[in-house]
Amino acid sequence: MLKELELPIVDLPKETENLREEVRSFLSAELHNESFTTRSDSWLSGFSADFSRKLGERGWLGMTWPKKYGGHERTAFERFVVTEELLAAGAPVAAHWFADRQTGPLLLNYGTEYQRQTLLPRIVRGELFFAIGLSEPNSGSDLASISTRAKKSGNKWVINGSKIWSSGAHHAHYIVVLLRTATHGEKKHEGLSQMIVDLSAPGVTVRPIYLMTGEHHFNEVIFEDVEISEGMIVGEVGGGWKQSMAELAYERSGPERFLSTYPLLKELINQLSETSGQHANIKIGKLASRLWTLRCMSLGVAGLLEKGDSPNIAASLVKDLGTQFEKDVIDVARELIPSRPSMNAPTKFETLLAESILHAPGFTLRGGTTEILRSIIARGIGV
Amino acid sequence: MSDIQPMLVDTATKIMKDFCTKEVINKAEEGEFPHDLWEALEETGMTSIGIPEDIGGVGGDLEDAMSLLKISGKFAAPIPLAETLLAKLILSFARLPLLNGPLSLLPAQNNDQISFRKTDDAWAVSGKAQYVPWARDVKNIVVFGATSAGQMIVSYVSTDDCQITQGQNLAGEPRDEVMLPDILIDNDRIAPSHNLMGEDIWNRGALTRTALMAGALENILELTLTYAKEREQFGRPIGKFQAVKQQLAVLAGEVTASGIAADAAVSAYEQGGQNQEIAMAKIQVGEAAKAVTNIAHQVHGAMGFTDEHPLHHSTRRLWSWQDEYGSESEWAELLGSEILENSSEQVWSMVTD
Ligand SMILES: Cc1cc2nc3c(=O)[nH]c(=O)nc-3n(C[C@H](O)[C@H](O)[C@H](O)COP(=O)(O)OP(=O)(O)OC[C@H]3O[C@@H](n4cnc5c(N)ncnc54)[C@H](O)[C@@H]3O)c2cc1C
Repeated sequence: MLKELELPIVDLPKETENLREEVRSFLSAELHNESFTTRSDSWLSGFSADFSRKLGERGWLGMTWPKKYGGHERTAFERFVVTEELLAAGAPVAAHWFADRQTGPLLLNYGTEYQRQTLLPRIVRGELFFAIGLSEPNSGSDLASISTRAKKSGNKWVINGSKIWSSGAHHAHYIVVLLRTATHGEKKHEGLSQMIVDLSAPGVTVRPIYLMTGEHHFNEVIFEDVEISEGMIVGEVGGGWKQSMAELAYERSGPERFLSTYPLLKELINQLSETSGQHANIKIGKLASRLWTLRCMSLGVAGLLEKGDSPNIAASLVKDLGTQFEKDVIDVARELIPSRPSMNAPTKFETLLAESILHAPGFTLRGGTTEILRSIIARGIGV
Repeated sequence: MSDIQPMLVDTATKIMKDFCTKEVINKAEEGEFPHDLWEALEETGMTSIGIPEDIGGVGGDLEDAMSLLKISGKFAAPIPLAETLLAKLILSFARLPLLNGPLSLLPAQNNDQISFRKTDDAWAVSGKAQYVPWARDVKNIVVFGATSAGQMIVSYVSTDDCQITQGQNLAGEPRDEVMLPDILIDNDRIAPSHNLMGEDIWNRGALTRTALMAGALENILELTLTYAKEREQFGRPIGKFQAVKQQLAVLAGEVTASGIAADAAVSAYEQGGQNQEIAMAKIQVGEAAKAVTNIAHQVHGAMGFTDEHPLHHSTRRLWSWQDEYGSESEWAELLGSEILENSSEQVWSMVTD
């Protein structure tokens, strides 16, 4: 097998079983208290600062990070278990999602000691939220073409430009911005840097962009002469591209890339019964097989990441196959149960279906479109 | 991975490269059994992997046997290796003597009817089985069936005593009809089957097909990538066209997914799992076979549609193996009904346990 496509079988260690039980009983208690309702795509749309804080109290944020930054020094597999249980339950995890998944690991790899000490403990407690500032109005898939820039002025940097599609920037405290710190020479990947910007700083405007559901999820974030101290640069000046790419394997291979519509699948199975017949059985059996396969792949990537490898190709495959699966669930649900999906439908099935349908276009765009992922994969396997 | 696995993979790959050439596969389709290939595997112990040493095997476990079958599938080896390994396993469980040479086994389909009957001082077995792999080329067939009282019995018969009508699958592999005309069997060749039930054999059979298919899928990926880099149109390799690249990425995704699904099913089964992982893996490789054979043939253009090009050795095998020991739809129906008979929690615990 091509080396890029080889994935190990990961058997979760026995210790994770207790943890899984803990998370499950926490979630059923929370559901029972009605602290949240199950939603499809909850890592995008389920914002609850309270819920994030509760997870922080239980030690389920920053799980793998060093204790000296408030982390819990648990394994990537323990984190995997917690994450997949939260997503399967459709719990509201959007508030802390980017900070826990991306910003923390970024700072641990490239951040300064000061950044780690001041930011990480608050992320771990579920008090500090981050947004991701990559895309711009004129730069989507062609990310390296961004034009937001920072100019050095004394011991400060001054930022001008704008970011778009910034998920949750209206709730977040900070945004990690990829920007240009030098004009690019031959290669447009050069001269890019990452900076942490306080979203309440003077000169920052966060403007809502509403989803087609009417939800406020996205934003445009505009920077007008925003001053940043040198201490807020992440890693090397000019190293932004490499650093951003290192985040991708984490970003693309997690269980959120195939579980966005799991709550709908679960409700679909509740609605069907053993008398639903051969056709329904086949459809459900096939979905179950795909779900299991994707999870094996996702765990395999987690296993490689834990060993220090960077399996970018395999991670892109998880996202590509995973997001197709998320959409397949919707098709099967509609095929098997005639219904009238609506965001305020009387039944849970119809609401979950509505949410899933209306969020689905985003699955195959966010975090790199299907077309871009497939180009990366093709390059990775040598064509 | 066991300690012998890397060595086994190397040895098997080397033997396949030397003895399982395109010509050998083509000749096999014309009816010529590849004796040299078989001998080379037998001499190195490959044909009794997974059978304990103290009873004449060469040791190793199910994972080893399946990694060997992956290689066999990758090279489209036209031999009853899966059947022989499975038959020997059954013989070893039943404490019957391990037989030499290639073997086949019955039942081959889950509706084959085989029945055992006690005679005055021995036993008799009768029945008919269809689509039996390599029946014409083996000396013995391991037979598994029930008495009228419902007791399960394992034995073996000589093919000299059977009536064999030749047939073949889409890949030209022998799939014969076998009649057992009330064949008399001595008591010492009869064993009650306690360790290995019929369902278990079916599951293991499906595992063999999953491994073979994962291997064939791997080969198709390699062939297709090579072709996409070599074949030029409009002044550049066709792999440089984005439409082709996108298809190759999909192909790679399905092959990767199938490889890990096949491995995970073996590992789960070895750890005492039930048939669910096998079902899920057989469904995955079956679904992958559709997408992958479509894309591979499309990318190869007319060349891949010819007898000359080796692509069809693998694609025709996939089209055959996908239906053997339960198609993806049959397994999906079984799995789906298990899920729907239980609660919705069932899927999640199936996936995560
Ligand atoms: C729900 C959601 C949340 C998001 N959250 C964030 C966030 O928090 N922060 C952030 O920075 N961004 C975020 N994004 C933006 C996301 O990263 C971009 O949508 C994505 O990178 C694609 O860019 P685009 O939308 O400009 O599409 P474009 O790049 O304009 O692409 C449009 C179409 O053209 C295709 N295309 C483009 N280039 C090529 C090519 N070379 N070959 C083949 N096809 C091509 C694309 O695949 C796509 O189908 C989010 C997006 C969504 C949907």
